[in-house]
Amino acid sequence: MSIETEVLWLDEHRVVSLRELLELSGLSESELLDLVHSGAIPVSDQPGVGYTFGAHVISVARTACRLRDDFDLDAHGLSVALRLLERVHDLEEEIARLRAELPR
Amino acid sequence: MKYTDYYAALGVERGASADEIRKAYRRLAQKHHPDVSKEPGAEERFKEIAEAYQTLKDPEKRAAYDALGSRPQGEEFRPPPDWAQEHGASGAEKFSYEDLDFSDLFSRFGGGGAGRRAGGPLPGQDFEVPVEISLEDAFRGTTLSLSLSMPEYDAAGVLRRVPHNVKARVAPGAVDGQRLRLPGKGGKGFHGGRDGDLYLEITLKPHRLYRATGHDLYLDLPLAPWEAALGATVEIPTLSGPVSLKVPAGTSAARKLRLAGRGLPKPRGGAGDLIAVAQIVVSGEVGERERELYEQLALASSFNPRRHFAEENA
Repeated sequence: MSIETEVLWLDEHRVVSLRELLELSGLSESELLDLVHSGAIPVSDQPGVGYTFGAHVISVARTACRLRDDFDLDAHGLSVALRLLERVHDLEEEIARLRAELPR
Repeated sequence: MKYTDYYAALGVERGASADEIRKAYRRLAQKHHPDVSKEPGAEERFKEIAEAYQTLKDPEKRAAYDALGSRPQGEEFRPPPDWAQEHGASGAEKFSYEDLDFSDLFSRFGGGGAGRRAGGPLPGQDFEVPVEISLEDAFRGTTLSLSLSMPEYDAAGVLRRVPHNVKARVAPGAVDGQRLRLPGKGGKGFHGGRDGDLYLEITLKPHRLYRATGHDLYLDLPLAPWEAALGATVEIPTLSGPVSLKVPAGTSAARKLRLAGRGLPKPRGGAGDLIAVAQIVVSGEVGERERELYEQLALASSFNPRRHFAEENA
């Protein structure tokens, strides 16, 4: 018997704090801030005290942690890898959209 | 449990040096890492590689692994009774091989294992699970029933595989690649550590009619030549039921006819669009009367669909 559980959407509408993102990602504060300062992890536009993030970046930060652990990447390497992955993701979305427009 | 040949997984000899093992891991990880490769089976292959590396890179774990001897891949076996104690597994006196996978066996050697933390809190493991749902489920929302097996420490600090049944309500509006977090539904924390989370990544199953991109849906709309030329009102299927669509006169193939708000709902209100892409189709069998009419049309019409060929060559 299992009880229906709470589901959180990881989208840009939900905001998470720096502390929450650190806890969920497994990155250290200095690693996360390096990625923020390099622009690889965007901060939320919402005004407030300190950094806040859209919940969709939880996946990005977790990916960064995985890449750090699996490839021994430093902050610079992580930043480059995340930006390249973002470009790949954008291109894949564009391909998917163009494919959707093509008749079968 | 089934024996796993970690040296074979990394493609190295049993006597390989630590440097050779590290290089082999890096080469294979770059090829198969799930964040890098989208090849089918890449994630499973990477898990094998990572599991092998986690054991072979640690001298204590490697020594314990080597002590099991070389066996055929996948052979059913059980470690010797004193193996864990002889090789310094933490909490070896409580070591049990029940409910364990081979991959869990080395977690209590070297730097790993709950017993190494001297009673300190150890957070539960997070898990990421891909989930495929139908377009209809994405439209209406759905309740997922997941049966998962997670390695977790019991009260005595012994790692076991524990079945988890999780029910999760996914509200309408999930799109391909949507990620969801189920707090506390991952592995159990140990010694007061927080429970891990479960992350779901949604993919949409291919649909026989619609192609989804974000919240928009594309639908091929076959039209007879006269419907395209003269215009028509046609009934088209949507996820909420059939609707009438006015096709303007003079519609060419590939023209997009947009039905606002008839795509997938958005979680915060509104919906994507349904985009019908016109296709002009002709019957493979043309009757005698139809042929006559087509021939009359051909004689009467001055329309040249390839006029731009001549313009480009001029």
